[in-house]
Amino acid sequence: MRKGLFVNSPIAKRFSLAAAICIAFAGLSGCATTANNPKDPFEGFNRAMFSVNEGIDVVVKPVAQGYEDVMPGPVKTGVGNFFGNIGDIWIAVNNFLQGKPSDGASDLGRVFFNSTIGVLGLFDVASGIGLEKHAEDFGQTLGVWGVGDGPYLFWPVIGPRNVRDTAGFAVDAYADPVAHLEDVSARNTLMGVRFIDLRASLLPADKVVEEAAFDKYNYIRDAYFQNRRSAIHDGNPPPLED
Amino acid sequence: MKWLISFFMGVMLSVSPSFAQEESPDSLIKKVTEEVLSIVRQDKDIQSGNTRKAIELVEAKVLPHFNFTRMTALAMGKDWNKASPEQKKRLSEEFKTLLVRTYSNALTGYKDQTVRYKPTKMPGGDADVVVKTEILQPGGKPIQLDYSVEKQPEGWKVYDVIVAGVSLVTNYRDTFNQEVRANGVDGLIQMLSTKNKQLEAGKK
Repeated sequence: MRKGLFVNSPIAKRFSLAAAICIAFAGLSGCATTANNPKDPFEGFNRAMFSVNEGIDVVVKPVAQGYEDVMPGPVKTGVGNFFGNIGDIWIAVNNFLQGKPSDGASDLGRVFFNSTIGVLGLFDVASGIGLEKHAEDFGQTLGVWGVGDGPYLFWPVIGPRNVRDTAGFAVDAYADPVAHLEDVSARNTLMGVRFIDLRASLLPADKVVEEAAFDKYNYIRDAYFQNRRSAIHDGNPPPLED
Repeated sequence: MKWLISFFMGVMLSVSPSFAQEESPDSLIKKVTEEVLSIVRQDKDIQSGNTRKAIELVEAKVLPHFNFTRMTALAMGKDWNKASPEQKKRLSEEFKTLLVRTYSNALTGYKDQTVRYKPTKMPGGDADVVVKTEILQPGGKPIQLDYSVEKQPEGWKVYDVIVAGVSLVTNYRDTFNQEVRANGVDGLIQMLSTKNKQLEAGKK
């Protein structure tokens, strides 16, 4: 029943559009695929995109490192909180869509307290009173609705996403309030700062991944699979068979 | 009179350490975590990225509570049974070195985080439980950090560490399986030992 409804929804159309784009891209990579994981049939293409991304990061990482070194701790916390507060609105919507109204209500409570007492979101007062931050996105919502993963893809800038999460990301990006700001320079500044703040938050993980991985591409891919599976089940995924 | 004897027996049992109620897995995790964090909080070298010092700390405080043989078996999956006892020993040694390093590196990223311990469910005196914790960091969402722990004759031992849903152990499964398929168990031993040597050579 739910599936039948879903096929005709705009989301499904967007989803199949994304899938079509992905397949077209995969076609470009031709027979260069060296796939050895059934979930990653376009490995050749993905590895090429992974290298592109590593190239982009040569520029981005030093900026993030500079931000990390120069900005005082409370400023970074404030920046993270500010964007986190904006993100909580969409997280709330996704919690409602996933049938978790109490989590959704808690997210809205966070936005209310943090936007007022927390001075436009700069202070996360809500966490202090027991309203915890959640991490939800539309890709997870699709997963909860039963949409399968689809092939794994590696995108420049946005990184690893399977087909479902790529579609989810498109919806997330569309729903992003910052992207709809009329003032273009303000919008670009905010998006830039948010991106650098996000990259800076991943700096401590870099060294761990660099040293732990035999093949960084594989390590990130396999971690992505595990992380998404866990996220869809809110941290309690059913056990995998051996 | 009998009750008096029982009473004294009871008192003796409860105070004698050898008969003491054994530590629960969640209190063990808490004790070790807090001990390690209290050291890291005071150690500027570790905080500024001194991996060698972090490794020494992990080896002294954390390692005794980990079961590396079980971890290696879990990382290899079905391939574990293809290894001889001698190979299993070498695999576990090499994998231990790699994991200790990964874990130690994670510690050098320490910045004012605190850890929250969630209540652990232990259905019917289970010998295999998951201890759930969360790393709280100012300005970020909590990171889930779970430990799979099993009961051994010498106490509770950790056999998996799961960060944000990602097992640091099973994340190697595909890579290890591929290597065994291509170059056999000895190929995997070689791959691990080469990696450890490279890391050792580049160590600060």
